[in-house]
Amino acid sequence: MADVSASDGTALRSVGAFLGRHGIVVAFGLFMIGFALTNERFIDMDNILGVIRSSTILGVMALGVTFVVISGNLDLSVGSMMSFSTIVVLDLHERIGPELAIPLMFAMTMSLGALIGFLVGYLRLNSLIVTLGMLSAIHGLTLTYSGGQNMDIADQQATWFSVFGQGRVLGIPVPILMFVLLAVVLATLLAKTPFGRKVYAVGGNDVAATFSGIPRARVVFMTYIISSFCVATAGLIQASRSMGSQNTVGQGMELEVLAAVILGGASLMGGAGTVFKTVIGVLILGFIQNGLLLLGLEFYVQYVVTWIIIILAVWLDIAVKRGRLWSPIA
Amino acid sequence: MRRQGLARYFRSGAIWGFIVLELIFFTVAGAFLSNSDTGFLDPGNMLLLLKQSAPLGIIALGMTVVMINGNIDLSVGAIFALCAVVMLDSMNWPILAGLGDWAIPFAWGLALLTGMGLGLVNGLIVWKTGVDAFIVTLGAMLGFRGLVFMYNGEQPTYHLNWTMVDIAEAGIFGLQTPVLVFAACILGVWLLMNKTVHGRNAYPVGDNREAAVNAGIRVGPHMVWNYVLIGFLTALSSITFYSASGSVNPNDGMLYELWIITAVVLGGTKLSGGRGSVIATVGGIIAIQLMRKGLGFIGADTAMVNLVIGSILVLVLFLDRQLNRKSKQDLRI
Repeated sequence: MADVSASDGTALRSVGAFLGRHGIVVAFGLFMIGFALTNERFIDMDNILGVIRSSTILGVMALGVTFVVISGNLDLSVGSMMSFSTIVVLDLHERIGPELAIPLMFAMTMSLGALIGFLVGYLRLNSLIVTLGMLSAIHGLTLTYSGGQNMDIADQQATWFSVFGQGRVLGIPVPILMFVLLAVVLATLLAKTPFGRKVYAVGGNDVAATFSGIPRARVVFMTYIISSFCVATAGLIQASRSMGSQNTVGQGMELEVLAAVILGGASLMGGAGTVFKTVIGVLILGFIQNGLLLLGLEFYVQYVVTWIIIILAVWLDIAVKRGRLWSPIA
Repeated sequence: MRRQGLARYFRSGAIWGFIVLELIFFTVAGAFLSNSDTGFLDPGNMLLLLKQSAPLGIIALGMTVVMINGNIDLSVGAIFALCAVVMLDSMNWPILAGLGDWAIPFAWGLALLTGMGLGLVNGLIVWKTGVDAFIVTLGAMLGFRGLVFMYNGEQPTYHLNWTMVDIAEAGIFGLQTPVLVFAACILGVWLLMNKTVHGRNAYPVGDNREAAVNAGIRVGPHMVWNYVLIGFLTALSSITFYSASGSVNPNDGMLYELWIITAVVLGGTKLSGGRGSVIATVGGIIAIQLMRKGLGFIGADTAMVNLVIGSILVLVLFLDRQLNRKSKQDLRI
């Protein structure tokens, strides 16, 4: 009798552990099956490619923020930084042509990333406040740069610049290819290299990491460089897709990006998360939006559903770790 | 020892010193650069500044309490908009429209209930699930904004009632209603934090949650009440602002949370909780508003304001770290 109940307990616990580790993937699978059964248009290849394509900008930014979050920091500046890189690359395109504009834009965006990395990594300032300040400062910088004007590419036929946002290779949209390529490279960097392990170590326990001889400051600095590289890529896709932009194109995206990363199971305390799960988090956000639209619901219902899903996902994660559903706080 | 004292002085007094510096700078610079006939310190200008500080300031008081608890609320901007939508839309309902001017208190009451209800939802989730307040309110920011849009699509919600406008624009001694409401809120929250058991409990809850539990404080309900308080204050701020304008766009209040957190942090409240002052937060709000107004006064545009405030936030953090190195551990969230 006792044996049976004990083995039941073990089974339950291993189910719990499995869900805790792969809950987000399971939820994603169930979710997709549910939508596919209720609506045949959902599984259509064009529909799926369309969803992934519209998620790429958010997704590319989320890849970089994953590194920052795993190292135990935050990056709230990615939205205004994306506006900055979009505006800069469009303006430079008109001045010096696409060949020079793109590398110059990457250099400018990444130097902003380097500044944040210096402040958070080497000066050990609180990342939430630093990136909050940079959100505001970079927005100001963008407005100063553009003089408050929208940027447009005047002669859209004469340039190959649109390839990043609108081109196709073998029938697959280029932004999706860039997203997949970047995801594979960054996943390898995070999971298979010494640098990746250092990112986890710094996020897990930075004092212990420092005593183990890991250069905490340099690792944090590098996570912000990676993040700003991803932001520059997202800005490039955005600029190329619309061939023109407002100054506020990325406004508010920082929190949606963070939502995708958290949905993917990265902990705000640092030390947990993977690139693959962030991609799942991004896709969940994209497919929720698409599925709800196909069900005929209003566009804005997705925000409410996202809210509920984020809290349920993080709650499930915590509940499995502490072994009980409700918080023990009296 | 002396360094410690200096650090404490820096924390408590710096914001007021900063405000004085701003006043001097903009008065002097304004004398050369401004096209305006009146000086920067013109009483009318200063009163306008107080009035413009009120909407963010009222919410910032609540944010201070929540942040002393070691929590945060990123959803205030969305609550601000949703309360305004409820208030203005309810006055168009047949049941209230028939009441004439008597609809006003009901509409205000509904807005306050909405704010407190949303705060209650946040607070209960933070308490019962144990999910980090940053994540809970980040989700709520999206969710509540979604509710705003679901309510009336992308259309503005409006209702014009001249009695309500008159109340919102009334005033004594040149102090308009928003300033008076702000002052009353400052007094109320100051009394709450300094003269009541609840207020005194807020500090240990933020400083060391486990110790607070062991000391017999009911930490969960305590935090829930503070979320209800910030919801209430956000609704009050929304009422004060939208009674005068009578129209709300679904995007209103976006990024308010970031301005408010900036002000609270400038006032010296610790992100990790356990320390902070209501009065210093008022200083933080006034400092930010002075900066926006002053830069406008000497002819700089919004771009410059964003750039300067962002840089100041980082600079303050850096100075704080230099003067108060002991808190190296504390500043991690």
